Amino acid sequence: MIRVVLPYHLRTLAKVGAEIEVVVEGEVTQRSVVDAIEARFPMLRGTIRDHSTRERRPFLRFFACEEDLSHESPTTPLPAAVAAGREPFMIVGAIAGG
Amino acid sequence: MSGVRVLVGTRKGAFILTSDGTRKRWKVDGPHFAGWEIYHMNASPADPDRLYASQTSSWFGQVLQRSNNGGKKWDPVGNEFAYDGVTGTHQFYDGKPHPWEFKRVWHLEPSLHDPDTVYAGVEDAALFRTTDGGTSWHEISGLRKHGSGSQWQPGAGGMGLHTILLDPQNPKRIFIAISAAGVFRTDDGGETWKAANHGLNSRYLPDPNAEVGYCVHRLAMHPSRPNTLFMQLHWNVMRSDDGAESWQLISGNLPSDFGFPVTVHAHEPETVYVVPIKSDSEHYPPKGKLRVYRSRSGGTEWEPLTKGLPQRNCYVNVLRDAMAVDSLESCGVYFGTTGGQVYMSPDSGDSWKPIVRDLPAVLSVEVQTLS
Repeated sequence: MIRVVLPYHLRTLAKVGAEIEVVVEGEVTQRSVVDAIEARFPMLRGTIRDHSTRERRPFLRFFACEEDLSHESPTTPLPAAVAAGREPFMIVGAIAGG
Repeated sequence: MSGVRVLVGTRKGAFILTSDGTRKRWKVDGPHFAGWEIYHMNASPADPDRLYASQTSSWFGQVLQRSNNGGKKWDPVGNEFAYDGVTGTHQFYDGKPHPWEFKRVWHLEPSLHDPDTVYAGVEDAALFRTTDGGTSWHEISGLRKHGSGSQWQPGAGGMGLHTILLDPQNPKRIFIAISAAGVFRTDDGGETWKAANHGLNSRYLPDPNAEVGYCVHRLAMHPSRPNTLFMQLHWNVMRSDDGAESWQLISGNLPSDFGFPVTVHAHEPETVYVVPIKSDSEHYPPKGKLRVYRSRSGGTEWEPLTKGLPQRNCYVNVLRDAMAVDSLESCGVYFGTTGGQVYMSPDSGDSWKPIVRDLPAVLSVEVQTLS
C-alpha cells in the first residue's frame, strides 16, 4: 500500500482526508503511483499531470523522504520507504501567487 | 411563486444567490469550490436544476462540475478537452506561430432543449460540446479549422472563446466570439464557419477590411430577434440586423466606448445595457462613477443609470460574462464587479442595490428565472 499526501484543493475535490492509500502493481514510480491515484479517484485526472502529455503540472511538486523528486524521471523507482509504505509520497502545491 | 437564482462565479469560488419574485430578500449560498477560480456557471434552459460550472486553477488545471439539483450538490464530470486532429498553430503575442494549448473553459452554454448537451468555449480558442452531461467533450473542429485560424491572436487576457449564442429559431445556427479573432457563425450545426466581422473597425489593425483580428468583448441577442446582435467591441459598441453579415456603430453618446459586457432587456428587444469603462489602460469607470448605460432605441442614444450605484471613488471593473437579466414581469438586471459587489435592479435599471458587497472578484453572473 502506497501512502500519498494530497494538497488541500485535491483533497476537497476527491472528498478525502490529508492522506490516501493506493495499491500499485509492479514497480513503484511517480508514474505508477499517479496512475493508481487516477484510477481510484477519476476526478483527479488532469489535475496532477496533463491529460495528453502526462507531464506533472508546473505548479505541483513531488516530495518523499525529505527529497524533491519533481525532476526525476516519471519511471525512476521511488525510495524504498515509499514503496514499503513507511513514508508518504507527497504532492505539494507550489507556493506561488496569492 | 416565481423566484430568481443568480449564479456568480468569482476568483475564489462560486456563490448562488436566491430570492423570491419580489427580489427584496436574498439568500447567499457559498462559497462552492472555495479557493478555485469559477470562470462561469450556467443552467440548462431545459432543466433549471441542471447546472454546470467551470472550475479552474493555475495549479490544478481545469475541472468541470455538474449539479442535478440546483446547486445543492455538485459532482465533477469530464475535464479532458483534447483538440481534434492536428493541433496547428495560431499567432502568439509576438506574431510568431504558436501551437494551440488548452488552458481553461471560459464559457458554458447549455443547449436550449437537452440538459445533457452543453457547448464550451475554451482558451486557446475552440468550441467543444458534450452530449452526455459533461462526461466527455469533443471539439467542434470546423471552427478552428476555419482558414483564418493561423492568424488568430490572443487578447491581453488570452485567446478565449467567450461568447456562444444559440439561435432559438434555427438549431443549426450558432454565433461565437473570440478575443482577439472576432465573430464566427455556423449555419450547419458547426461543420463550417464563416467569419462575420464586416463593419468592425479596430484602430490597431493596419488592414481596415481584415477578415479577423477583432477584439470582440461580448455579444448579446434577444431570443425573439436572433438576427439582431449587439456587441461590445474592444472600442465601440456595435449592432447587426442581418445575423452578423454586417455591423453598424451604435456607441453614440456613451462617455467611453470601451467596456466588456452587453446585454438585452428580457422583454424589450431594443433596450440594451452596457457598462462603459474608461479605457483599456485603466479598466475602471470614467470619473470613478459606476454607471450602467441603457439605450431604449437599440443604441446610439444612451442614458446613464446611477440611482443606487456609487458615484464617487469607484474603481472596479465589470467583466464580459458578469451581466445578465431575469425575465420576471419587471425585468431585473444584474451585474458583478471586480470589487466583489453584485448589484441588481428590479426595474429595468432605473434603480440599483447590492445583493452582496464583499465577494471575491466577480468573473461571471448568470440569472435563472424560476417558476
